This record gives sequence, C-alpha cells and structure tokens, in this order.
Amino acid sequence: MTNLQLNKEGKLKHFLTIEGLSKEILTEILDTAESFASMSEQKVKKVPLLRGKTIVNLFFENSTRTRTTFELAATRLSADVLSMNIATSATSKGESLLDTIHNLEAMHVDMFVVRHAISGAGHFIAQHTAPHISVINAGDGQHAHPTQAMLDMYTIRQHKQDFSQLKVAIIGDILHSRVARSQIQALNTLGAKEIRVIAPKTLLPSHVETLGVQAFNSIDEGLVDVDVIIMLRLQKERMTSALLPSEREYFKCFGLTENRLKLAKKDAIVMHPGPINRGVEIESSIADGPQSVILQQVSNGIAVRMAIMSLTLQNNTETL
Amino acid sequence: MKKILISNGHIIDPANNTDHTGNVYIADGKILAVNEQITDFSADLTIDATHNIVCPGFIDLSVRLRDPGQSYKGTILSETTAAASAGVTSLCLPPDTSPVIDTQAVTELIADKSEKANYPQVYPIGALTHKLAGTELSSMSALKQAGCIAVSNATSPLSNLLVLRRAMEYASSHNLLVMLHPDTPSLSNHGCAHEGAFATRYGLPGIPEASESIAVAQYLELAELTGCRLHFSQISSKRSAIKIQQAKKYGLKVSADVAIHQLHLTEDDIEPFNSSYHVLPPFRTKKDKQSLRESLANGTIDIICSDHQPHDLDAKLGAFPETEPGISSLETLLPLTLQLVQDNAITLSQGIAALTQNPAKTLGIQSGTLTQGLAADLCIFDPSLSWAVNNDTWKSAGRNTPFWGQTLKGRVTHTLQAGKVIYTL
Repeated sequence: MTNLQLNKEGKLKHFLTIEGLSKEILTEILDTAESFASMSEQKVKKVPLLRGKTIVNLFFENSTRTRTTFELAATRLSADVLSMNIATSATSKGESLLDTIHNLEAMHVDMFVVRHAISGAGHFIAQHTAPHISVINAGDGQHAHPTQAMLDMYTIRQHKQDFSQLKVAIIGDILHSRVARSQIQALNTLGAKEIRVIAPKTLLPSHVETLGVQAFNSIDEGLVDVDVIIMLRLQKERMTSALLPSEREYFKCFGLTENRLKLAKKDAIVMHPGPINRGVEIESSIADGPQSVILQQVSNGIAVRMAIMSLTLQNNTETL
Repeated sequence: MKKILISNGHIIDPANNTDHTGNVYIADGKILAVNEQITDFSADLTIDATHNIVCPGFIDLSVRLRDPGQSYKGTILSETTAAASAGVTSLCLPPDTSPVIDTQAVTELIADKSEKANYPQVYPIGALTHKLAGTELSSMSALKQAGCIAVSNATSPLSNLLVLRRAMEYASSHNLLVMLHPDTPSLSNHGCAHEGAFATRYGLPGIPEASESIAVAQYLELAELTGCRLHFSQISSKRSAIKIQQAKKYGLKVSADVAIHQLHLTEDDIEPFNSSYHVLPPFRTKKDKQSLRESLANGTIDIICSDHQPHDLDAKLGAFPETEPGISSLETLLPLTLQLVQDNAITLSQGIAALTQNPAKTLGIQSGTLTQGLAADLCIFDPSLSWAVNNDTWKSAGRNTPFWGQTLKGRVTHTLQAGKVIYTL
C-alpha cells in the first residue's frame, strides 16, 4: 500500500504518508527544500520549475494556514493554482468524492493537494485518480500530515544537525493527532535517539508504544534532558467529550511553562504546528521566547512544500 | 419422487458418529439408509462421491440476503444460489432487512420469495424490538407463528438493559431463542477497527475488546435472571470466550458462534485502507484468533457461521472508515473451515459438527445430520480441489471479500436439499 507513493524507479510520486519512505527519500526532500529556502529571501521569489502545471488544493476541511502555504509554494514554482473549499457534507460518500475528483481530472490538472476529515482519504484519491496526477496529503483524519512532519524535520535539522543524538518529546493530544503520527514516523526513519510522547492516558492511543515511542503521563518526567519539545494544539471539543476536565487543569498538568522548560536541555528548541492556544498548552512568554522556533516552522513550510511538489511532479512520468 | 444413491463417499456425520466410506440412499426426499447395503434399490440418479466427503448440509446462522430492501446489494435468488453452491441447505436471515422483520407480513414475504427461489431453506429471525429501535418489544408470538425461528436485534444497539431484560423474558415465555451481538455502543463509539496497533498506526477510530466482553457479561447475567435461551452471535475476542466458557461450566443454557473469517484474519493482516477488511466486530489480535480457535476446539464456541454480508461496489468505495462494514463470505465458508483442519486447530469432524449438528441443536430443528427418516439435506465436497476466488467462480452479488483473487482449497460438488439436487459444480 505504501508503495502506492513510489513510481517504478522507487521515487516519490505521491506524498501520502511518511510510512514506507526511506531515510534517503526524506533526506532528499530536506536537501531540496534547503535549495528553495534561500530563494524566499531574494527579490524575485519564483522559479519556473512547474510552469504550465495546474495544482488543485482540495480542502474538505478548513485550514487557512496550511492552504496558504501550499498556494504560495505552488505559485513560487510558477504553477497555476486553484483552491477549493468543499463542505464535507456534500461529499460524505465515497462516490461523490470520486465524482469531484473525476470532474477535476477532466480539466487536465496535474496535482491534487488534499485535506480531508477521514483517515485514508488521501490514499483513496491516489488509488482512484488518473496515473499522471500526483496526490499530496495535506492532512487526513487522524492518520497523517506528512508535509507538516517534514517541515518540522527541516526545522529540527536547522538547529540540531544530527538526528541520531536527539531526544524529542511530543506533548499533548497524541490520540487525535495526525501531525504526531507523521512526526513519529519521520523521527524514527531519520534515526532519532529517543522519542517520547507526553499526555494523560485519555489523549494517548492504545498500544502507542508500537509506534516506537516511550509514553509518559507526567510532563515533569518526560521533559528531562530533551533536545526538542513539540507541543500539539488542544482542540476545545476534547473538554466536552470527557477526555479532559478543563483547560485550566490541562495547563496545570501538561502546559509548557518557564519552570518546566528548564527540565529540558539548555539549548532545547520549542515547536508547535499552530495555531497556538496561549495559556492552554504553552505559556505566551515561551511561544515568543528565544527557544521558540514556531515562526520558522511556518516559513520553512513553504520551502518544504515546494520541494515535495516539485519532486513528486518531476517523478511522475506517466503521461496524460 | 426420485431415488438417489450417493456412492462410495467418505461419510462424516458427527451426530451419529459416522466417519467412514460408504453409500447414502435417498428416497422421497428423505434419508433411507446410510451405509447399509440395500438390495432392491434402483436409483434414478447415482452420484459417484469417490474421494469426496459426504456430510449433512451446512446450517448457517447469519446470512444477509439483502432482500427485501437492498436488492442492489443482493437478492434472495442471488444469495441463496451462492449459499447452495457453498453447501448450505439452511440459513438464518437476520431481521435488519428493509422493512425490518418485525411483522408477519414481512416474514411471509420472505418465506414466499425463498420458496420461489427454490434453494436452501431460509429461516427468518424476527426482530427482538420493534423496528430494532431497542425501546419496545416486537410481536414475538406473531413472528414465531409466521415462521421466525428466533429473535435478535441484529447489530442495532440495545443500550437499555431494562428493555433487554423484558425482551428476554418475553421471548422466553414464547420459548424463542434470543440471538444477540454483544456490543456496548458507547464504548465501540462508531469505531471501525480493533483498538490496537493497527488503528493506532493509521489513525482509525478503535473498538476496544471490552465493548464486546462487557456486553457478554451483561447478557449472561440477564440470561441467568430471565431463564432465556441465549445465543451469542459472532464473538471476536478472547475475553468474551472466557466468559462464555465460565457460564457454560456453571450450567447456563448458552451457545455461541464465530464468523469464519475471525478464525483466520487479525489486525496484522489488514492491508492499510483496504475496505474489504472493514468488518464488525473488527479483526482483532493474534491472541484473540488463537483463543477463538481453541474455544471452537473445546466446545466453548459451538458454531461457525459465515456472517455473510454482500455489498455493492459503492458501499466499499471510499476511505476505510466511511465504507460499510461486512464481508461476502458464504463461498469461503467451507475452504476456510478446511484450512482450520489443515492447521490442526480442529478435527474435520469438529468442523463439520460446527457447521451442521451444532447449529441445528441451537435452533432446535430436526436437521444437521444424516439420520434415517430425516430430510435429505446433504453436501458433497472435494476437500483437495483448489479454486480461485474470481468472477468465474463467484456466485454472490457481493464481491467484497479480502480473499478475492486468492486460491483456496476445498469445493462443494453437490448440494441436496430435501433430496433435490440444488447445486452441482
């Protein structure tokens, strides 16, 4: 199934999940992104790599930030971009989702960037779309958000060259987080020394250790000596579904505070995929403080998505 | 009526402890003799069963025919044809048809249609609660009179234990068997996969084992309280099996079945996002599979059923959680049961008993054995014949099986229903 992402030569054709991708492929993405990163600082921010290509952002779930960075990345590669926000209700059935896809195919597009509330939606589209179209998963249900994971890896690499020495802690709602699942797979593939997940049991998936992580129910134990701290966003609806008593108690037990930050290594970096709930998962002074790399993550998102878009489209040699 | 001789077959009839090569004589739709030499028998039809196994026709406790109401998924004709080709001579139809089997009219409609199809005997299972809503009792006496063999709430939730208690008491007053799918809806919480490593990896909503075993414990307590005859449909976990084993030891009148695919597949076998593997209860762990196999061998689980659920293509076309659960499984019932024998999990005689004698006993019907004088419901199969699961061999309208494209061993060559040949390979 994961081979679905690779072409006959074993190169990346779709980007749906980190699972099944080699360290070499992930490193190629990071290296390619690096070459695009410097471009953003120049006066002319465009390269003609994808001139004449049409990219469709299919967002079945709202996300201004992710959609915007995908749009910018495509524009900087000189592609034509069309963004569609589609209410999930209209396409809750597989057949009408396919109808949407086939209609767009008929308009000769080259790439779908898909965000969907159901796990596996990206795979489903990649399986059923015309072979010359590449599909990029911009987040599917609770399954994967591989471009976010790659921009996080890029940000980590900027600050901490060698993955094999790193201890990384991911804190928050692991259960519902596609970001965490993709980060864990990427960190494991890149050879991180230790990955910890920190949350109350209500927010940890069962058998979480099978993902290759160590689970902690106490942030004070989990943060000790880590190099990278990744905070996850806490959705408000977790309070109404009996997973947590209140935001206040969550912050008290799992919020990242100045005092707790001292438990980590001195040069630890603090990350967050955004948008931040200040005072719920993280203290404002840390989010804006010297160890925070949260805004760098956002700018890196553009370069990393440019890399993924250009690599997949270049590797997809199927003709129309 | 025709006289039929089935000659030189390996006859296995667990109810009569028969396990040897010989002849079966059929006259007037009934078993005339098994293995005795009958001298002046001039057969109108002789079936040479050399190297084949001759056994009672299979009795399947859970077959969705999708008719009435969902004929785009399957019809009484298409699915009973598939059943006949699978060696099934009697089958139970769960009440979640559309309309629900909660009136005499629907029951009679089904009886009428199946009679016309002229294939396996169809036993409708009546609804335990009105419209399966779990709030009011159905007219069980009327349903029984119309031909319902048992009552069940199919897979619809039964969250009110008071309603369930009363339904069990009422069913028991009419001496009706109650068949229940153990599930605690608030715990299974619209999940689509076992809450384990697979669901965690792929971010799928999980169903913990406890959602089943808690219900098993509750239903057992209510069976004790009400004195109702209880049958557990399609259990999937070790913990459920342990609870049922304890209850049986204690002397409670309960029985249980398992869907054949649960004895073969686990969460580790699921191809990511392949909707053919989407089934409820979900595929669980290796440990559960092992325990289910052992429970079958030691008699805790009495019966193997197909839990046949044919679907149209659209029902399985979508991202995994969005697709409809269920496997089209009639035609893999025999080969997968034989595979259990191959794996030394059970003996052939146990496997056949789980498909014939035991379901007959649970349903309280005079069937599932080759006893002289009973209706000649028989299945003849070639245990070593390999066949590919594909368009050429498949009969069911639903092609939703994880075994599609695979080669399986063991195939039915003849099926006889009341002395009439309803299927020949």
